[in-house]
Amino acid sequence: MAELGPVLEVLLGGLMSGVLYALVALGFVLIFKASGVFNFAQGAMVLFAALSLVRLAEWLPFPIAFLVTIIIMIAVAWAIERLVLRPLVGQHGLILFMATIGVTFFLDGFGQTIWGSNVYQLDLGIPASPWFLLESVFPGGLLVSPIDVFAAVIAGALVIALSIFFHSTKIGRALRAVADDHQAAQSVGIPLNRIWLIVWSTAGIVALVAGMAWGSKLGVQFSLSLVALKALPVLILGGLTSIPGAIVGGLVVGAGEKLAEFYIGPAIGGGIEYWFAYVLALAVLLVRPQGLFGEKIIERV
Amino acid sequence: MLATAPPRPAPPATPQRRRAIGEVLLAVENISLRFGGVRALTDVSFDIRKGEIRAIIGPNGAGKSSMLNVINGFYHPQEGRIVWKGRVLPRMRPHEAAAGGIARTFQNIALFKGMSTLDNIMTGRILKMRASFIEQALWIGRGRSEELRERAFVERLLDFLEITHIRHTPVGKLPYGLQKRVELARALAMEPELLLLDEPMAGMNLEEKEDMCRFILDVNEEFGTTVALIEHDMSVVMDISDRVVVLDYGKLLADGTPDQVRNDPAVIAAYLGVAHG
Ligand SMILES: Nc1ncnc2c1ncn2[C@@H]1O[C@H](COP(=O)(O)OP(=O)(O)O)[C@@H](O)[C@H]1O
Ligand SMILES: [Mg+2]
Repeated sequence: MAELGPVLEVLLGGLMSGVLYALVALGFVLIFKASGVFNFAQGAMVLFAALSLVRLAEWLPFPIAFLVTIIIMIAVAWAIERLVLRPLVGQHGLILFMATIGVTFFLDGFGQTIWGSNVYQLDLGIPASPWFLLESVFPGGLLVSPIDVFAAVIAGALVIALSIFFHSTKIGRALRAVADDHQAAQSVGIPLNRIWLIVWSTAGIVALVAGMAWGSKLGVQFSLSLVALKALPVLILGGLTSIPGAIVGGLVVGAGEKLAEFYIGPAIGGGIEYWFAYVLALAVLLVRPQGLFGEKIIERV
Repeated sequence: MLATAPPRPAPPATPQRRRAIGEVLLAVENISLRFGGVRALTDVSFDIRKGEIRAIIGPNGAGKSSMLNVINGFYHPQEGRIVWKGRVLPRMRPHEAAAGGIARTFQNIALFKGMSTLDNIMTGRILKMRASFIEQALWIGRGRSEELRERAFVERLLDFLEITHIRHTPVGKLPYGLQKRVELARALAMEPELLLLDEPMAGMNLEEKEDMCRFILDVNEEFGTTVALIEHDMSVVMDISDRVVVLDYGKLLADGTPDQVRNDPAVIAAYLGVAHG
């Protein structure tokens, strides 16, 4: 029992940070599913949302600031749909991808111009001191961070809500139709532009939640924009089109990198966390290019 | 209404079937459509009457698909106008055409490949569903009753098109002929006033073609759906259509009954000069 304690603690910590990766990956998946766009700007949206929230909360009550931030993210979605997607409709995926790189630079710059570029503390009112679980079973108990637990619970709720949204509502069916075939979807009466607005708004709200979780851990600062890079291996593992894939991918990466650090870190001098996810993703790419959960890639001829 | 469709014999060979053909449902007037330097359509006018089966024929590249794309709002012509039920349509987008009662199928099948047959056809009912988001998500009130009602409707449609056995099959796994039929089912699920079919029988074997002909005729006769179809197989066109439009190089070459068109010297010349499939 004594040896199991630390391992469980590492595993738990890994799974919790995996949830945070998954949150970012989820935003990517939503947009890719519905509009076939690999949205490089997801990380920038995380930063922009967190910055908006933290600065608004300085002079508004937190719930109001939260609502205003949601409205801002919907406005961002609207602007992206109007100014970027609509003019480029029907263009090659690579062109749309490049456009989202442009959006990234704009959001990063614009966000820091209006909200400032310092490091801001985001206080969600969650106790910072760790909790100790199962103290009767393990000597000293298992150490977990309340923020991680909070993030995990929110992420879980978000995934359940999104699954219901996608699978049992008319909008959900419309979203899946748009994801499959734009023209056919339009021909049965689905307005493409409205669906895109809904999807990008949802991705914006997911970005806000991710920004809150990461921001309360690391402080709200420019580096939040880079969490997108951590989502890439998660996406490769989980597949670009699968919501459960994003979650499982996130958990595998989170747990994997912490356990690798724990077991083989000491032997090779540590630092495994920084590259483990990418090596894992590379290994998966070689075996299953569509990811663990992705749909089979069939070339149309 | 769909439940009462007994299997019917093969289509009558005579073009003189009597059908109630009414007033003009849709008129395209002086339509010109260009893609850069390519003139896909030049000054094309014709009309489609309520209750008829209207064929659009012509060699490859003649502008037939472009015409359908203009009618349902995928393409916007540089000149000309479309009159739908007596009203000039403003520049219209495809989902607006759908809401207005125009459904279609595509030359290269456009199904939702990741979904089952049933889910594909259910998308055709999206415009009929009115329950609020919350009712749908929680499967309560109207959300529940509506889903059951639409599901029952689609079930009758599956029955009508004889595809009940594939209701849960992902459409990507179906053979070509059945995919075409599912696409027709999806369009029919919209209960359209005007059904546009872009080469519904292309690539089919004889038996599949006969089935498809029978379905088109049944739809037309039993639901009164007006049909405009593009088709290359002349015997099919002559058998099932009431009137035929012939396009060639984007221009209207002839317009009339199958007999008139068949004997039109300009049509004969165009068809002798061009290899088509
Ligand atoms: N989206 C498009 N962009 C450019 N050219 C097009 C487009 N759609 C059709 N065309 C051109 O218009 C002409 C008519 O095509 P189409 O309507 O598909 O003919 P058909 O269906 O009679 O075979 C062709 O020259 C085709 O290349
Ligand atoms: Mg065509």
